[in-house]
Amino acid sequence: MSIWSNLGLVYALLGAAVAVFLAGAGSAIGVGIAGQAAAGVVTEDPSKFAKVLIMQLLPGTQGIYGLLVGFITLSNIGLLGGSPKALDPQTGLLVLAACLPIGIVGLISGKYQGMTSAAAIGIVAKKPDQFGKAMLFPAMVETYAILALLISILAVNAVPLP
Amino acid sequence: MSEQYTYAVARIRALEVALFSNATIDQLIACSDYDQCLQFLSEKGWGDSDTPMQAEAILTREEEKIWEVVKDLHVDMEKFDVLSYPKLFHNLKAAIKNVCVGERDRHIFYEDVSIPGGAMLEIVKEKEFGKLPAGMQHAAEEAYEAMLHTRDGQLCDVIIDRAALDAVYAAGKEAKDEIIRDYAESTVAVADIKIAVRSQKTAKSLEFMTRAMAECDSVSVAQLSKAALNGMDAIRDYLMGTAYAEGAEALSQSPSAFERWCDNRIIQTISPQKYKAFTIGPVIAYVIARQNEIKTVRIILSGKLNDLPEDSIRERVREMYV
Repeated sequence: MSIWSNLGLVYALLGAAVAVFLAGAGSAIGVGIAGQAAAGVVTEDPSKFAKVLIMQLLPGTQGIYGLLVGFITLSNIGLLGGSPKALDPQTGLLVLAACLPIGIVGLISGKYQGMTSAAAIGIVAKKPDQFGKAMLFPAMVETYAILALLISILAVNAVPLP
Repeated sequence: MSEQYTYAVARIRALEVALFSNATIDQLIACSDYDQCLQFLSEKGWGDSDTPMQAEAILTREEEKIWEVVKDLHVDMEKFDVLSYPKLFHNLKAAIKNVCVGERDRHIFYEDVSIPGGAMLEIVKEKEFGKLPAGMQHAAEEAYEAMLHTRDGQLCDVIIDRAALDAVYAAGKEAKDEIIRDYAESTVAVADIKIAVRSQKTAKSLEFMTRAMAECDSVSVAQLSKAALNGMDAIRDYLMGTAYAEGAEALSQSPSAFERWCDNRIIQTISPQKYKAFTIGPVIAYVIARQNEIKTVRIILSGKLNDLPEDSIRERVREMYV
């Protein structure tokens, strides 16, 4: 099985990898940043553990979105079923392009959601009764990851496959 | 924007909850006597379980706690140079006077600085001024010679205090962090204004003021010292045209209102750090806020000990950070 004769499949697989890798990296960075802030607060006040843990988990969703798009892509191109489809390079590139929104937006929004979560953890540290409001700030960043997820899913499913 | 201070800032945010607010200070002032004040502080967690119920022991322990927290955050301690310089230069001053006068009192030194009392005494005794930080060497030599030949303690103080201000200002100029630059600028400018006010009251010469004041961007040493020669009204008029106009108003109220304004000005400078999440600023602001808090509590305790009326104590109380 030569790579050159299966270039379409390689591109499509690269798309799935980009979605999982970039969005996952964004989540890892975001959860890491928020985790540092959470650890700082719990060092001084362990009673806030549950609240800051929720804040820390918020940037983790991008990784899940990337996984979802990657999973759909693998399923569509038949790799999951064990019988890969014969894709021409043009179709493979279309699948790769469809995977890019969640990959790129996942990376950027994951990092910035982590930073916003860290700042919101500061609110919880000083005013725990304002937890609801504090959670809204990082949740706003999530909007754009969801939009990218939507477009990636629609595009992956819309690419005509043989 | 760096995330290296994320842990430190979040921890500081949790600690800020325990800082005294203006309302807590009001409660402390409302305590009926000195002993009740100590009891109040103890209930607020000041001191440790084994700390004697004495003001100085409690306040010293609180000062130690500040630096214990900062060391625990594992941030670059060089960032705090601007805060430790006054203590370091105090050690130099004390060591020179000790050596020149021949006394050996080790209780007048700060030990929580890069050159503690014993080491400073040794350096001054052996005249090994090269072992001091670059900004201290020349001032140390000059102050030592002045003290040795003239026995003029005030001259020694002026030389070292000026060098301390220059060091703070230079550290501020070199710093990348906005808070350190702002703090250094405010500290030096407020110190210059204090020197001008005190020099005016004690009829000091222009030469003395020029020697004592340090250059900074927000206050002109030449104009301020000339104003001081022309009287208190001239100082007020000059300040009205600077960023320190509130100081002029405080000056017209009372000397204690002016001293209060000097400290409040620093707290106002650091106040924006309450809203920063990823810089060293909130950590430095916390240290300054804690020192301000301890200073305010010391003022209240000493007022209570001397049976000062509540209004009189209130006039001297500093603004709190939170």
